[in-house]
Amino acid sequence: MELKELIVEKLKKNFGESVEEVTDFRDDLSITVSTNKIVDVAKFLKEDDDLLFVMCKDVTAIDWAKRKKRFTVVYHVYSFKNNYTLRIKTNIDENPPKLDSVSSIWLSANWYERETYDMYGIIFTNHPDLRRTYMPEGFQYHPLRKDFPVLGIPGSLPLPEKI
Amino acid sequence: MGLEAKLQQDGFITTTIDSIIAWARKSSVWPMPMGISCCAIEMIAAADPKYDLARFGSEVMRFTPRQCDLMIVAGTVTYKMAQVVRRIYDQMPEPKWVIAMGACTSSGGMYRSYNVVQGIDQFLPVDVYTAGCPPRPENLINAVMTIQKKISKTRARDFQDIPMPKPETVNN
Repeated sequence: MELKELIVEKLKKNFGESVEEVTDFRDDLSITVSTNKIVDVAKFLKEDDDLLFVMCKDVTAIDWAKRKKRFTVVYHVYSFKNNYTLRIKTNIDENPPKLDSVSSIWLSANWYERETYDMYGIIFTNHPDLRRTYMPEGFQYHPLRKDFPVLGIPGSLPLPEKI
Repeated sequence: MGLEAKLQQDGFITTTIDSIIAWARKSSVWPMPMGISCCAIEMIAAADPKYDLARFGSEVMRFTPRQCDLMIVAGTVTYKMAQVVRRIYDQMPEPKWVIAMGACTSSGGMYRSYNVVQGIDQFLPVDVYTAGCPPRPENLINAVMTIQKKISKTRARDFQDIPMPKPETVNN
């Protein structure tokens, strides 16, 4: 059986309705799962003996601006055993933009989730240390959101006094 | 035709203190290499033997601001980095000069964005702006020579109003 079919079949068998959508675009498999099952799916993908997606390469988000469920959180995970990268997605609401952290499963997700929080304001519950990575502490906005102006909000970042 | 030729004739020269101090100052400009990004590579190239900034007395790049009188800000200055740049500038002894090297430093350059300061003249007194992305070493040398021209016009009384920095007091 081909690997992609195996992944989809295993996920559907274990999580049923929680697997919302499966797309295969240009040989890249993307699986959309329910937000409340994201930690379980992550744990399963990592620990299943045939899959062993042991490495989390990236966590990021997409801001769809006008969509009802505004944000999509995207995970890229990699299996050394199968030499394969899988994309997992989950759609979340704007108010509040919350979902569970997967940093307990993939340690590398710790900083990726911090970056996603910094840029999109998505709150990862149960994250051990959810601070900003790039922007200064005390900055109030999330720059990669679609409603944030490109040149920023004047006065939101302090500059030293002119001499 | 340098100083030696004059000394061979009479053994002495007449000048003013102002001009000889200005001459000494401009011939030993010690840069603070504030190399923040890619412009720093061209700044290093300018100091290397091929371009040889040492010909103008500026070969001693000091990595401590306390021994410098020229700050070469080479690279993109973000709002976060601006605090650091200013802090280092404040530690340099007077009199001091600033070169804004490259498009990013002068105007934000191609980073027309929320995180990049659109020109360091928003918080530093810039003396010379250098065009280019990054500027070639010749261009930086030209900037240093422009600074030298500026220094040669200074007089001692120009710096009389500069207050001495007060030593920090420690309470314990």
